[in-house]
Amino acid sequence: MAYTISRPKLNFAEKVYLPAIITGLGITIRHFINIVTGKTKVTMQYPEEKWDKKLPPYYRGAPTLVKDEYGRERCVACQLCEFICPPRAITIHAGEIPEKDRWRKVEKFPKEFEIDMIRCIYCGLCEEVCPEQAIFLRKDYAITGLTRQEMVHNKEKLYELGGVMTGLVYKWNDKK
Amino acid sequence: MSAPTELLNVQIDGVWYQFKKGTRVIEACAQAGKFIPHYCYHPKLSSPGNCRMCLIEMGMPKTGPDRKPELGADGKPVISWIPRPQISCAQDITEGMGVRTDSSLVRECRHGVMEFLLINHPLDCPICDQAGECHLQEYSVEYGTAGSRFLEEKVKKPKRVELGPRVTLDDERCILCSRCIRFMKEIAHDDVLGFASRGSHTYLTAHPGKRLDSNYSLNTVDICPVGALTSTDFRFKMRVWFLKETKSICTSCATGCNTIVGSRENVIYRQTPRENDAVNSAWMCDYGRLNIHYVNSPDRLKFPQVREAQGLANVSWKTALAKAGEELKQFQRNSVAVVASAKMTNEELWLTKKLIDSLGTVYHDVVPRAGQADQLLMSADRNPNTLGAQLFGITSEYPGSKLREMTEKIASGEIRAVVALGEDLTQIGLAESDLKKLTALIVVGILPNETTRNASVLLPACAFSEKRGTMINIKGRLQRLNHATLAPGEARDDWEIIRDLLQQLTGSNGIYLIDDVFKEIAETIPEMTGLSFGRIGDHGVQLVEESEDAQPVAMTV
Amino acid sequence: MIITIVVSLAKAIGLIFLIILPMVSYTVYAERRVSAMIQDRIGPNRVGIPLTLFGFPKDIPFYGLVQPIADAVKLLLKEDFTPAHVNKLYYWLAPACAMAPSMMALAVIPFGSQLWGEPMVVANVDVGVLWVFAVSSLGVYGIVLAGWSSNSKYPFLGGIRSSSQMISYELSLALSVIPIFMVCGTLNLPDIVKYQIDHGWLISPIWIKGISLFPPGINFQEIWRSIDILKIILWIPLFISFIVFVISMFAETNRLPFDLPEAETELVGGYHTEYSSMKFALFFLGEYAAMIAGAAVIVTLFFGAWHVPFLPTTLHNPYTVWGVLLGLIHITAFFVKVALLLFFFIWVRWTLPRFRYDQLMRLGWYFFIEIALVNVFIVAIILPFVPK
Repeated sequence: MAYTISRPKLNFAEKVYLPAIITGLGITIRHFINIVTGKTKVTMQYPEEKWDKKLPPYYRGAPTLVKDEYGRERCVACQLCEFICPPRAITIHAGEIPEKDRWRKVEKFPKEFEIDMIRCIYCGLCEEVCPEQAIFLRKDYAITGLTRQEMVHNKEKLYELGGVMTGLVYKWNDKK
Repeated sequence: MSAPTELLNVQIDGVWYQFKKGTRVIEACAQAGKFIPHYCYHPKLSSPGNCRMCLIEMGMPKTGPDRKPELGADGKPVISWIPRPQISCAQDITEGMGVRTDSSLVRECRHGVMEFLLINHPLDCPICDQAGECHLQEYSVEYGTAGSRFLEEKVKKPKRVELGPRVTLDDERCILCSRCIRFMKEIAHDDVLGFASRGSHTYLTAHPGKRLDSNYSLNTVDICPVGALTSTDFRFKMRVWFLKETKSICTSCATGCNTIVGSRENVIYRQTPRENDAVNSAWMCDYGRLNIHYVNSPDRLKFPQVREAQGLANVSWKTALAKAGEELKQFQRNSVAVVASAKMTNEELWLTKKLIDSLGTVYHDVVPRAGQADQLLMSADRNPNTLGAQLFGITSEYPGSKLREMTEKIASGEIRAVVALGEDLTQIGLAESDLKKLTALIVVGILPNETTRNASVLLPACAFSEKRGTMINIKGRLQRLNHATLAPGEARDDWEIIRDLLQQLTGSNGIYLIDDVFKEIAETIPEMTGLSFGRIGDHGVQLVEESEDAQPVAMTV
Repeated sequence: MIITIVVSLAKAIGLIFLIILPMVSYTVYAERRVSAMIQDRIGPNRVGIPLTLFGFPKDIPFYGLVQPIADAVKLLLKEDFTPAHVNKLYYWLAPACAMAPSMMALAVIPFGSQLWGEPMVVANVDVGVLWVFAVSSLGVYGIVLAGWSSNSKYPFLGGIRSSSQMISYELSLALSVIPIFMVCGTLNLPDIVKYQIDHGWLISPIWIKGISLFPPGINFQEIWRSIDILKIILWIPLFISFIVFVISMFAETNRLPFDLPEAETELVGGYHTEYSSMKFALFFLGEYAAMIAGAAVIVTLFFGAWHVPFLPTTLHNPYTVWGVLLGLIHITAFFVKVALLLFFFIWVRWTLPRFRYDQLMRLGWYFFIEIALVNVFIVAIILPFVPK
């Protein structure tokens, strides 16, 4: 059904537009002047200025593997992160820790642990799902590479990025 | 009011049902659609009632002073409830019995039992192979608590124990349900497992001087409700939740145990038995179960090859098949022999028979594989489809009886071409020099051997998990193989290869799908009239009456 | 004769290649920077001299001033794609038709006083402004041809819109400058500039003549003589002329309040939807060249062209260093004025929303033509009373 929209009655000044146009021009030139004189500052000049120091502790950068202060690799290859990973970026091949090893009671470790950073969406579900506090999203955000192969982080790379994490739960330490 | 003798009235959660006499309470509840959590109870085993997970409230009909059941307003017996909970797995139903499966007492009991079971459990799910199919996990979610009130030290028990060549035991995870002990005693008749020590220090172990080395030992891993018994072969290989489960049958002997093939991304990780009371109950032998790794072998034949001056060279399928057809066409009938395999499916054998007919040769047979039969599942015939080969006339009543004549004629040069379908000719008494004498040797195979190396045309085919098809087991049961993984490289389905060979000889035959092949079989073979892949179903169809010499399957059901 | 041709060629080539084309590309850059700043952003400030390409550790950023070169390289290297369904000849002709007229219009613009005694105008012709209108109205052919030859709906609609818009606003554009010719009594642009030097810029009602910076001095008598009541009265219609002319120029150059031919929300890319690579760039640059040409005409007609107040217009000997310097200052002054006007164009673009098409046509036919026409009569009435 057709219906009529009541339009506002315009006075002469509004009808000729000019006052409104001039007001508008005033607003835009004020913004222009403010940014020229440096009163407005909104953009960070990325490669020169970085906000690395201001990154919050919960920042979700590249996923990494960590060791604890006892030198134990936290990951036990439970593959829950591989399961939860929405873009299926994680590939794990599990192995058995030999009887002679210091951490033999942990029994299982990741022989290979690969995260395809081309696929990774930095969602943090792997960190959230990890029952061993082994995978953490650290603050590395500029992950680049010249080849696809370079963008697949293998175990060494993941531990190199992850480093040592302290203050975790040490549930394997008092076993046996 | 009294029911027929074989049917008893039982009240479950306020509703009256009738069950056959001799039904266990837990089974009656299951039939009534009421699930009762359980660990030690297994339908194929006896009931010791030691896990206490299946506690329910039970009641008996109230008897009046006249020693007759009192009837309530609805005309049904009034039940007087037993104040303490009862286990449902070791108790048969009785007339007028009442069961409550979800009362507050039952719920509290389950809660308490779960808490007890988890007291000494190491909670190492991240490294436990059972995680994902663990009843402890499942019932914890359903009936357990989130936290534990247990503050003391957990009992330490042996871990990573090699119970046998194929089974690894973690005693800390064991909840002492004794399923494995009962299986070894009652089914495998090899009583090697038992409990040692007392109280919370009780642990599972093999009897002194004995090992769990039975050919059925891996069934204990299947029935273990927790991660205590794990398969050494499958240990740490893959988490079970990743596995794609495909219903299939074992092709390692003529029994044809029903199985589930667990695969991920075209790699088979394990094979577990699938319940089929007409064939294998719920078990299978370790030999058949572990005979899967050749499928993932890196040596698998991947490309069709044709013999050229320098040796075998990779060619396209079109070229290879054309060459094979060309080679076969040039021979007189009876100068060609066809060595088929009783490991082939019915569809492949059917097309092979057509190929034999179009070649017109009388020299065709399958290679017999005899082994030692045990009194359980393993058959003496290690070919999964000898009956099929006999049914389609590839072989006679005595498989392999023509082979001697064939090998002699090959050696003497009378037979100048051989079509070897999935068999190694050196296994039937031919030397490599005999193979080299042949003008044409067309080989369909999956793994390299002496025959494939001497082939003039080599056609790579599919392993059992890579194709669909049917087989007839020793008891005359038609069963279905299903497609679980993809063939490596350019390898093709066997039936397609044989069809294409046939087409080279006779021209197009209008067969495009394996269903077309089966339809043709069903129209021609009277035993299979009216059957289709769909009708065969997951549990197979009994084709013929069990033959006299077939192995009886000695199973306690 | 040959010398005349060589000098004219030198002037034309120098003007187009040394000044106008760089100016076009930097207008694009300015457009991006100014729009960014108006929107509280920064705009392209990255592209500099890419020293890292040659192995140095760092680039020289240069405030992004190399951006237009990067854009040009990109546009040149992109695939020059010609759709199969277009009319090939006109499809190829259209971008040239869009670019050339604005360059040709600049021929008659006096962009400086003189250098080495040579007047800084490529063609000093008496038709002057008429040439500008005649040539710049050819620009519509580029757009119409592009729209038609693309053989596609959006370009077609864009072309139709553009042609009717340009034809409509050409009327008010031409009518609005008639008062100037009446006041100056000539169509020759250098003569109009000369009139403004003598009588004051047409945009300004008062003209203070008698103050000189070079040599320094104030002549109060001259100042007094330059103030004239009738001239102030005459300024009112001239200012109306200015407003109508500028607004019409916006419409003529398809700038934002009137950029209906390429209204993205309605027409995708408008007439150049089917164009890519350098052919698209020609449309793009043609638009900005038209804008510069328009700004140059406005500067010439209303802002005294190259004239700088308080500076002498000529020296006795233009062949000295000072004479050449003065000539260069005048050229610079002209283009500074043009640049300021271009800034105004950009500023308006990033302030105002687009008109609706019917509003645009209404504005052109119902108001501007009438205003310009009435304006002509008002000037005609006032003019006889103004002393020569």
